This record gives sequence, structure tokens and C-alpha cells, in this order.
Amino acid sequence: MTFFTHFGRYVLLLKSLFVRPEKTSIYWREIARQMVEIGVGSVGIVVIVSCFLGAVVTVQTAYQLTTPLISKSIIGSIAANSIILELAPTVTVLILAGKIGSKIASELGTMRISEQIDALEIMGVHSSAYLVLPKIIASTFMIPLLVIISAFLSIYSGMWVGEFTGAVSKEDFMTGAIQYWIPFMANFALIKATTFGFIISSVSAYFGYYTEGGSLEVGHSATRAVVVCCVLILLFDYILAQLLL
Amino acid sequence: MIELKNVNKSFGEKQILKNISAIFEEGKCNLIIGASGSGKTVLMKSIVGLIPINNGSIIYNGDTDFINIDDGQRKELRQQIGMLFQGSALFDSLTVEKNIIFPLNLFTNMTFKEKMNRVNECLERVNLKDANKLFPNELSGGMKKRVGIARAIVMNPKYLFCDEPNSGLDPQTSIVIDSLIKDITDDYKITTIVNTHDMNSVMEIGDYVLFLYKGEKYWEGSRNEIMNVTNQQLNDFIFAGKFFREIKDQNTKRNSEKNS
Repeated sequence: MTFFTHFGRYVLLLKSLFVRPEKTSIYWREIARQMVEIGVGSVGIVVIVSCFLGAVVTVQTAYQLTTPLISKSIIGSIAANSIILELAPTVTVLILAGKIGSKIASELGTMRISEQIDALEIMGVHSSAYLVLPKIIASTFMIPLLVIISAFLSIYSGMWVGEFTGAVSKEDFMTGAIQYWIPFMANFALIKATTFGFIISSVSAYFGYYTEGGSLEVGHSATRAVVVCCVLILLFDYILAQLLL
Repeated sequence: MIELKNVNKSFGEKQILKNISAIFEEGKCNLIIGASGSGKTVLMKSIVGLIPINNGSIIYNGDTDFINIDDGQRKELRQQIGMLFQGSALFDSLTVEKNIIFPLNLFTNMTFKEKMNRVNECLERVNLKDANKLFPNELSGGMKKRVGIARAIVMNPKYLFCDEPNSGLDPQTSIVIDSLIKDITDDYKITTIVNTHDMNSVMEIGDYVLFLYKGEKYWEGSRNEIMNVTNQQLNDFIFAGKFFREIKDQNTKRNSEKNS
């Protein structure tokens, strides 16, 4: 299948989501369930990844700034800016693409090959809207929240690691972080996180929803979904940086 | 009643259904039989609109052409359809009770109590009284099929479709499922269409039998007529098993003795 066929089908899938829900309350309930699964279910991995990210960035920045001519607070500034601009919204989301993307693609793929999606259609349910829309809404809302958590945890872990290793004191770290703080960086990070949240859920749902064949193809769909999500995240990371910074 | 008029379906170059015409009457168990790969499932999925056909008509209730109706009408019509899938297609993450209540939640304004009464009624109808809280992975094959039937009938459908209801089941459970399908058809006076290659089912419940061979309609008739047909392909299909061959030989022997 060519790129244009995939792109066309992806656009048609997105278009098919805009239908009148059979019952709005059921959709709200499904969105809430997905928010818990995608958001709360990913907190653990986000905590682990963020703590190490912050720690590594601080240690590596301190390692490179050996001259006494530069204030130690610069370490805090570089670490915090790197975390907010790139590490929290991109690296964390790349990890989430693996977790959430494969889950969505394999869940929908399994439903497709076991005829559960056909069963929904037979009942008169608009299957794409019922299955895909709540996932996209939940992911687009929850991933920015996870990125905020990630940014805070990374900065705090960086600060504490700086203190423990003697590279930079807590006070110096926070002084640097605050001194060079530009509020737009937070907006930029949230714009990125929202875009990536949409990409992860919609692209994975596309690959899962159109799975054909058996269990082997479910695995292929999940793998393809994660790979395509990662590439698109990196591509849009560059496009947004170019456009907004 | 469902009427098929010259239904054709191809996948690429390969034509799967060739000019199929048939009438499936109300209150009857209509069976589509044929060897694996003969196009039974494609025909059934085409009738319910899961696979779009290339040309022909599928007319529900004498006046509604399923091919030429808009999405809203199709959605309405589908609420009158219940379907039992080959693998049951139960939602893995939901309990038996939640699987059955699912269409009621979406399409009715019944109170929770009314919905639960209806669910229990359906579960009782398929002899699964105490299975409410079980998950699909805790059920046997036969139980899954029965839950599938309960879910299919919960909305009081006018049309019931069963795709290979006996596949993977032991002969005893198959008879239970067949009788259940027959009883439901008789009780609710619905149009039932069953895909099968199980000759026992044909003899048990086949009010009307449509035989497909390589995508073409080769024969139609009732279960009473099927044992005496001369159609070569149908004979090869029916008498492939030793049991039915022996019955035929006994009948032939008895008839020749009577004639002499």
C-alpha cells in the first residue's frame, strides 16, 4: 500500500469520527475510562523516566562546565531549559508512544480480527467513533498532563542529584532555572505534548482499526504503529520548533 | 423476509459470489450450506452490510433495499438485526452481563432494573442463569455461543444471523445450540439465517436450505428433500461422511426391495 493510500484512509478514519453519538453519556464514560487507562496507567513509567532524565542532564551538563568563569547556576538553567523544551515533551512522549501506541493498536487489532468491531457495527454502533474518538480525546488531554508531571520531576531530580554529587547546590540550580525562565517555553512544551498526544492515539488507532489477518498481523500493526508514531513525533518536533521558536 | 436478487461480489479479480438470488422467509430457519471457501460467510456478511457487494439487491421486509439506503436508515435497520459470530465476538473486557446489556445501554431508555430484567430473561432463555459475572475467558465454547445468542436477541431482533454456530463444539452441545436457534426462531417469529457445513444441523433445523458451490447457488429446498437430490456437487457434500452414506445406502436398499 502506498503512502497516499494510508494517508487517505487515515483522513477518512478521522472524518468518520465526527458523527452524532448514539448516547452521549456512554461516550463520556468511555472517555473517562480511557483517561484513566492512558493517563493514570502511564504515571509509573513517566516517573521512572523523568527522574533519570533530570539526573543525567544535570550530571552531564556539570561535567561539561568545568571552568570556574561560568556560574554554577548555569547548570540549573541549561538543565531546566533542556527538560522543558525537549526532554519532557519529546523523550517522555517517545516512551509513551511505545506504551500507549502499542496498547491502542493491539487492542483495536484484536477486536478487528476477533470480529468484535463487526459485532459493534451489526448492533448499529458507529464503531470508529465509539472506539477511536474517546482514545484520541483522552490521549490529547492526558499526555500534556503527563508531560507537566515529567517536567517537574525531571527538574527536581536534577536539582537533588546536583546537590548529592556536589556538582551544583540546590539554591544555585534553582536560581539558574528561574533566572533564564521564559514563560513561552511552557506553552511551547504543552503545544508539542498536545500534538504528540493526538499523533500517538490517532496513528495507533488507524493501524489497529485496519488490521487484517490473524494474531501475527496484530503484532505487526502494533510495531508499525509505534515506529510511525516515533518518526512522526520527531518530524513534528522539528516542524513545531521551526514554526514557533 | 429477506430477498437476494443477483448478488455479486468480487475481491480483485476473484469472483466470490456469482448471481445469488434467494428468499429467506420469516419464522423459518434458513440455512446456507457449502464447503469451506464456497462463499457462505461472504454472503452472510454481505447481507448484513459488513461487506459491500458489487451489484444486485438485498431487500429486507419486501421494501427496504439495504444497498440503497442512507447511513441513518441502515443504522435503524441494524438495530433489528442480531448476529452470532463464528468466534462469538464477545467483548473480552466486559462480563457476560455487560456484554448483553451493551446494546440496551446504547439504544434504549430503559431503567437499569428493566435492563437487568431483560438481560436475565435472555440468559435464562439460553440456559445460562448464573453466568452474569463471568468474563468471556472463563466460559467454554458452547457457553460463549449461548452468550452470543443472548446478546443477539436482547434487542428483540426481527432478523437473526448465525455464522457457523457449531464450529468447534462437540456434537451434544451442537444439538443444544441448534435447538436453541430453532426455538428462538419459532417463538419470536424472526427470520433466521444460519451458515453451516454441519449436516446434522441441516437435518435438525433446515426449513430452507441454500447450497453454495464455488460462489454459485447450486440447489435450494428443504431438509426433507435434501436426501433425495441428484445434484452431483450437493451429493458429494452431503454424503462425504460415512454416517450419511450408510443412511443413503440403507434407503436405496429399502426402496429397491419395496419395488421388487
